[in-house]
Amino acid sequence: MRYQREGSQAIAQAVALCRPEVMACYPISPQTHIVEALSRMVKAGEIGSCQFLNVESEFAALSVLIGASAMGARAYTATTSQGLLFMAEAVYNAAGLGLPIVMTIANRALSAPINIWNDHSDSMALRDAGWIQLFAEDGQEAADLHIQAFRLAEELSCPVMVCVDGYILTHAYEPVDLPSQTEVDAYLPPYEPVFVLDPADPISIGAMVGPEAYPEVRYLAHHKHLRALDMIPRLQQEFATSIGRTSGGLLHSYRTEEAHTIVVALGSVNGTIKEAVDELRAEGMAVGAVKLCAYRPFPSQALRHAVEQAERVIVVEKDLSVGKGGIVSSEVKMALHGLPTVVDTVIAGLGGRAITQASLVRMIKAACEEGLEEPHFLDLNWEVVNNELARQQETRRSGSTPENVLREVGPFGVRVQ
Amino acid sequence: MVTQRIKFYQTGTFTVGNRLLDEASRTVQSRMDRTNSLDSGHRACQGCGEALGARYALDAAMRAAQNQLVAVNATGCLEVFSSPYPESAWRIPWLHSLFGNAPAVASGVAAALRAKGRTDIRVIAQGGDGATVDIGFGCLSGMFERNDDVLYICYDNEAYMNTGVQRSGSTPPHAWTNTTQAVGPSPGNPPGVGKNLPRLAMAHGIPYVATASVADLHDLEAKVMKATPLRGARYIHIHVPCPLGWKADPAHTIKVARLAVESGLFPLFEAEYGQVTSRTPIRKQVPVERYLELQGRFAHLFGDPPNREAIASIQAIADANIQFFGLCESQKVSS
Repeated sequence: MRYQREGSQAIAQAVALCRPEVMACYPISPQTHIVEALSRMVKAGEIGSCQFLNVESEFAALSVLIGASAMGARAYTATTSQGLLFMAEAVYNAAGLGLPIVMTIANRALSAPINIWNDHSDSMALRDAGWIQLFAEDGQEAADLHIQAFRLAEELSCPVMVCVDGYILTHAYEPVDLPSQTEVDAYLPPYEPVFVLDPADPISIGAMVGPEAYPEVRYLAHHKHLRALDMIPRLQQEFATSIGRTSGGLLHSYRTEEAHTIVVALGSVNGTIKEAVDELRAEGMAVGAVKLCAYRPFPSQALRHAVEQAERVIVVEKDLSVGKGGIVSSEVKMALHGLPTVVDTVIAGLGGRAITQASLVRMIKAACEEGLEEPHFLDLNWEVVNNELARQQETRRSGSTPENVLREVGPFGVRVQ
Repeated sequence: MVTQRIKFYQTGTFTVGNRLLDEASRTVQSRMDRTNSLDSGHRACQGCGEALGARYALDAAMRAAQNQLVAVNATGCLEVFSSPYPESAWRIPWLHSLFGNAPAVASGVAAALRAKGRTDIRVIAQGGDGATVDIGFGCLSGMFERNDDVLYICYDNEAYMNTGVQRSGSTPPHAWTNTTQAVGPSPGNPPGVGKNLPRLAMAHGIPYVATASVADLHDLEAKVMKATPLRGARYIHIHVPCPLGWKADPAHTIKVARLAVESGLFPLFEAEYGQVTSRTPIRKQVPVERYLELQGRFAHLFGDPPNREAIASIQAIADANIQFFGLCESQKVSS
């Protein structure tokens, strides 16, 4: 049923339609609305015999799901930011054990400085953990991706993160259509594990694996992701056929025909990018956009195919590899290896800094006309940066940088460009 | 439950002589139908108290659960020596995830069983003292607080033995470890630190807490048999000497464990919902020196001259335990 609802409610309702059996949750903004809604549904008996555990940390939350999944239960949690980092050890462990847990990441910046607003630093920090990472563009796709995620996870025996921009998607009210229980049941069969803890057939799971076998085990984890590259479009197709929406897949192209410049990005900023593309196309600039929906596995071939005719690719990414620059752009460059395409890195939206259509249009024009420095920091206040650098030059005890910068910027919310 | 120790006068010891007991009271380990949950052929050191404790505990749990048991294991000696795959020593469904999360993983197993309506399968989580009192304590406390249907067993050998004998929150005062070396003005583990996990477990008000020792395997089995069918969070803390880390003769594992009990340093008791409900009395308290002098980790206390002050402080701990739990028969039993 299509009606106006908060992104978090849409996600919670989609998860409930997947008939999870165990959920373990720990509060952290901005994912709390999702688990609050699910806890209510469990308590009201609306999700069968599903168990909802209020645990003492994110590390425990994912650990509970490791046990539940190994016992053959469909398992779900949501987290973000520090929560994801706090559970990092279990994140790798769940993937290594091949447990098809689904976890929503309400993407949020990392501390310090503490910041509760959106960027992709958290998911990026765990990008190599072995989880599939899918990024949603809007509330509708966020809901749909969860249904696909359980199917994908369970077919591959591989955990899946559904990455949803914190606040921008979790707290926005949008019209979202949800499939019926019958439709979801037809798309997502009951979980049939490839191994399970069973007293009738005892097995040991989690044995030490030494140099004689570790590389092969790791390769097989990689191989799951290679299979996912085929499976993700197939499941998207099946979803489109049975439920009628094209959410998901590896990537989506927007007005890339004849484009000399293509903007590549993950997540909700693609909405604004499309507006910028429309504005530039109206001015006669041949600009397009590619939204990466799957980030792990990284769809190198599909991306190469989608942008190979362009002269310039601008990667707009909400993350920063400190000391290096772009994370996504590095991977885009790898995917386009051997092509003459220029790849620009634009670091944008860190800690929730607004990425406006006007900024994007200005940046794309500048890139096309005079090129961008590498990496380019979108809308960075250089005056504030240079003043702090000067302070640090001037005196040894220059103080704590975040507080110095805050003092100079003044109270938040005075001006948003 | 009151565990009555039976002294076998033929041998002058408390050794369990099954032939002298009625059928029902005989030790699980002596039965033809024992499950060998932790089977022979694993790679534990000679004289390993943990291997012995785990074998007795799990076979008893299997008996109590009618073989419907799932075990979750923290990283540590028990995990490493039992599972050099394909030579797993486990004959029960067994899952190892991480060092610090065994209680939470077990909570998840229990939750899955609840979701699936399986009330017959019982869940055990187990780990060493490092996994229990230190790195996994947050998860353990959470599992206790939620009263999740898990029996957690801690095999306490009083240091991180798997990594080569480093101090844990369960290392006793003055003990040598590789991170509390026997050098300087106050050699060994500093006094006045560490935590008492059985009493912390009791403070959670959970249905069952007990201590046990490999020196009294019949008592250990009885406590596991009792705890296994109970619902909710349960905790058993088993004292397991480590010949390697304690620098003790592997042949002395049981002797050292028994002296820990008989000196009062490791009191044996049970508690339900936060209240002590039984204790194993000490007939004749043994001075702590007899326990300490068998272990090279305390050798620096017995130099020339001996560190009488340190020995006296350890004696005071033993005396306080006896007082607190009312362990000596001559004492009036409190609570």
